[in-house]
Amino acid sequence: MRTLAGRAFAAVLLLLLVALPVAAQAPSRTVILSTTTSTQDSGLLDVLLPLFERKSGYAVKAISVGTGQALALAARGEADVTLAHAPSVERKYVDEGKMQNRRLVMYNDFIIIGPEADPAGIKGDKSTAAALKKIAEKSARFVSRGDKSGTHTLELALWKLAGVTPAAPWYIESGQGMGATLGIADDRSAYTLTDRATALAFAKRVQLKTMVEGDKPLLNIYSVMEVNPANGPRVNAAGGKAFADFMLAPETQAVIKTFGIDKYGQALFVPIAGKTDEDFK
Amino acid sequence: MDVLVGGVKEALRLLVAGDAEVWAILRLSLIVSASGTAIALLLGVPAGASLALARFRGRQLIVSAVNTGMGLPPVVVGLFVTILLWRSGPFGAWEVLYTPAAIVIAQAVIAAPIVTGITLAAVQSVPAAFRLQLLGLGASRMQMTWMVLREARLPMLAAIMAGFGGVISEIGASMMVGGNIKGSTRTLTTAMVLETGKGNFDVAIALAILLLVLMFLVNWALTAVQQRA
Repeated sequence: MRTLAGRAFAAVLLLLLVALPVAAQAPSRTVILSTTTSTQDSGLLDVLLPLFERKSGYAVKAISVGTGQALALAARGEADVTLAHAPSVERKYVDEGKMQNRRLVMYNDFIIIGPEADPAGIKGDKSTAAALKKIAEKSARFVSRGDKSGTHTLELALWKLAGVTPAAPWYIESGQGMGATLGIADDRSAYTLTDRATALAFAKRVQLKTMVEGDKPLLNIYSVMEVNPANGPRVNAAGGKAFADFMLAPETQAVIKTFGIDKYGQALFVPIAGKTDEDFK
Repeated sequence: MDVLVGGVKEALRLLVAGDAEVWAILRLSLIVSASGTAIALLLGVPAGASLALARFRGRQLIVSAVNTGMGLPPVVVGLFVTILLWRSGPFGAWEVLYTPAAIVIAQAVIAAPIVTGITLAAVQSVPAAFRLQLLGLGASRMQMTWMVLREARLPMLAAIMAGFGGVISEIGASMMVGGNIKGSTRTLTTAMVLETGKGNFDVAIALAILLLVLMFLVNWALTAVQQRA
């Protein structure tokens, strides 16, 4: 009995000893990047972050959340740099002085996908606004992310453009990420707005077909912004700027240009360093 | 069905091929959850034993609070630990948010009430006559507590199993305080959510199988100790 207690005690001690090096890992020279789930889910960050870490000597902690949360964290000074894709919201943060030096990095595009039967008859429509209007008129089911993500923000802007206020019961809010939302839309034979990368990743699992694509409002523009050091007590401004500069460097832009070709047969992002919002009006 | 079969195949492939990333995730999950449980034991066993043996005003209130804490939702713990560890929070200077240490802290908070509650029940199940007898034989209060804990060791091992099982399978707190950072704070459960989000269901299933196997092995080892004693 004594040996049992002794052994249990030794085991606990051993566990603590093993755990200490993990716990004591002091984060020196780290950059916290708050970004959206799409950059992580597409696998782009897995390629870019090691490049940046090797070049700059900084270690990056990439926190992938919805665009709304990514910017909110940055505004509190809980991050050093933000990579997001909701231009209207981003500009608001820049105007308030919370974020600085917003620069366009790349874009990919959104598509509207839906069931093959196409109950609203929108397949091949050139205008997203017109297609959404038809969906509303027919009360065809549409699944929204409903999570304040960049995708959700764009979707709301598109409804506004169409002059429609979407409403239940045909308008379903999933409150989840893009992958889960695609699954729900597929299950309910509904339309939804998705980024092309996620749609490609789920092509095997989801029966939904591309309905509307190529319209200018469907461009999904990613920007990098540095966090104003005044937002919080421990903002690593130099590290944030280093990461932002890295995203716009020619070598990085070249990597972005070819990313995804090996897996999907097409590039997932188009690099646009040096361009401004005006170029996409 | 093909997804399930593919998942099992992928799990075997990942294990046999010794995929470095999967092993790193597995090791991190094990170390983090074991550390969290160990800290919970250091806090919970003394707390549970004293609550079981002492009699004071407000004791029932505390016992009720502990029992409520046994079902503490990990996401609630995650939220509060995140806010406390924020750079702008009271422990911001530690700079441990989004590190494995943050997950250990959150998991210790989740497991501590479980360990406390089970210890409390275990010690109380030891007959009061036994305690009186020990004291009558001249044992000090410390010696008596130690003997009672030894008497209650079978349910105490159940406390370890419940605590460890609770934290290694939780996702809410690990995701929030760890951030699911590749190569640093990605645990089995957060990796599973990520791979599902990416549409890599076979990898997610492989990770699920690994988690179940890991939990089974740990419980098997603990049960072996428990039943031999």
